[in-house]
Amino acid sequence: MSGAGCGKEYGKFVKKSVPFFGWGVLCGLWVTLKNFITSYFRKPDEGGIFTVQYPEECLPDFEASRNFPFLVYDETPEKPRCVACGICERECPVKCIHVLMAKDENGKPLRRPAAFDIDYSLCMNCGNCEEVCPFNSIFMDHEHKIAAYDRKDLMRPMQKLLKSNSYFHSIRPRDAEAIDRAIKEAAEKKKAAVPAKPAPSPEAPKS
Amino acid sequence: MIFDPVFIRLKALFLDLCARFFPEWVVMLASIVISAVVILVMGPVIMMYLTLLERKLLGRIQNRYGPNRVGIWGLLQPVADGIKMFIKEDIVPAHADKIIHLLAPVVTVVPSLMVFLVVPFGNGMTAVNLNIGILYFVAISSITTIPIFMGSWASRNKFSVLGGMRAAAQMISYEAPMTLAIVPVIMASQTLATATIVESQGGGFGMNWFIFTPWGLLGFIIYFFCAIAECNRPPFDLPEAESELIAGFHTEYSGMKFALFYMAEYMNAFTLSAIAVTLFLGGWQGPFLPSWIWFFGKTFLLVCVMIWFRGTFLRFRVDHLMGFAWKFLLPLSLINILIAGLWFLTPAIAAWALTAGLVVASFFVFVKLNKTFVPEKRTYVLAD
Repeated sequence: MSGAGCGKEYGKFVKKSVPFFGWGVLCGLWVTLKNFITSYFRKPDEGGIFTVQYPEECLPDFEASRNFPFLVYDETPEKPRCVACGICERECPVKCIHVLMAKDENGKPLRRPAAFDIDYSLCMNCGNCEEVCPFNSIFMDHEHKIAAYDRKDLMRPMQKLLKSNSYFHSIRPRDAEAIDRAIKEAAEKKKAAVPAKPAPSPEAPKS
Repeated sequence: MIFDPVFIRLKALFLDLCARFFPEWVVMLASIVISAVVILVMGPVIMMYLTLLERKLLGRIQNRYGPNRVGIWGLLQPVADGIKMFIKEDIVPAHADKIIHLLAPVVTVVPSLMVFLVVPFGNGMTAVNLNIGILYFVAISSITTIPIFMGSWASRNKFSVLGGMRAAAQMISYEAPMTLAIVPVIMASQTLATATIVESQGGGFGMNWFIFTPWGLLGFIIYFFCAIAECNRPPFDLPEAESELIAGFHTEYSGMKFALFYMAEYMNAFTLSAIAVTLFLGGWQGPFLPSWIWFFGKTFLLVCVMIWFRGTFLRFRVDHLMGFAWKFLLPLSLINILIAGLWFLTPAIAAWALTAGLVVASFFVFVKLNKTFVPEKRTYVLAD
């Protein structure tokens, strides 16, 4: 805004009349002096300093921004939505996800992960895992300050990846609500359609 | 004024202390060493903080904060820059003239430090009160052309040589009007000693400065433009024009050698402003405040104006630059000498009217004479 204003003002000065040699120079000096003084008390949107002093202050978070994947749990971290199907592991283009299904003593698979590791140093933030997950359990996070001194620190085990549904609501409220609604509708439909048979259909609707 | 002679008293106290324990020649030596050390420390320290001031002011002009990370308000930024400069690799081009390449930055710094000797920092605070002070200043400050050309020639680089050529042409051209702009001041104060020039501007609450006369104002403006050109600052920064010549005469310099060139440039900016203050703005004269506060205040104001010019103006074109010096400033400064002579010969009110009229008239006449000739547009009848 200030730039356009200055240019207009300068043009006005010059076009009208040039009283003496060096008038344009003085106009230029006036423009810079004015900008110097107003930079002390004007707000960023009025043409003041608009630098954001990064480590101390940040630009506001955009809801649509996508970073690294995390896992959603509903009530407690012991009950993740993930069923360790391993689709994300297979789809991941850089193979940064490692999933291990939990098994009981008899070797019968339980429908939850025993281990779920993501190597953030490999992850290229493509978001394929979020797209392919049939259980709405893996989503892209907003966390971007992940710098570490050691490569090993970028390896995220399941405890670090698991974040609550309310956190998901706080960063991406629109997506989270749509997914909650879809899950609820699917559950009701299932209850209404086949009340006797508890066998789950693996193809849960995905928003 | 209790604080006025505080530095002089401190020195006297120290010398008294010396005199109790040491023979007389040691006291003499100590007196010289104290002045020398103060100047040798003050020069680089002023340079360091001028860089910070410049970056801060330029930042504000361009809607930025400027350096504010190292220390509170970025006050330690010059120290960090200095450390960086010290630990940088010193690169000498393969085919350079190694001795002259090494010598040039050293020779640049020496004259800019030597000028500090005759700067009157306050009442009785001139390091050496030479009776040819201004002549000494003119002579010493004109040396700076030579090391710049040495450095550019020794680098064996075409950008450097171009910069050096420009520096030589520019600095020799601007020396002439600068020296002639000083002449009226010498006429008025009847002396060449800097301290005496300042004393002759006293009286009337210490506000009897030469700039408040028509010839003083004109002389100050001419001197100030020439001073900016002398220390290669924008808009006269042709010798080191970044966009045309990479870095001009210091293209092939790195590390501490580059820093020495930089240091000389900023110390020149300071001393030229200081001499401008001495000659036209009444030096340390001024009401109420201690003399050295007046002096440093005025000098830093002028340095800020230099920075302001840098933040505003575009670089001159080479032919415009030379034309400005030879066709505009030089005749104007010659006229200014005449005007100053008339000022002292005619009585008070008539002098004001006459000289002010002459200043304005000569200004417009020289502008008119300098108007570029634009030939009439030719029309070719048979072309269509």
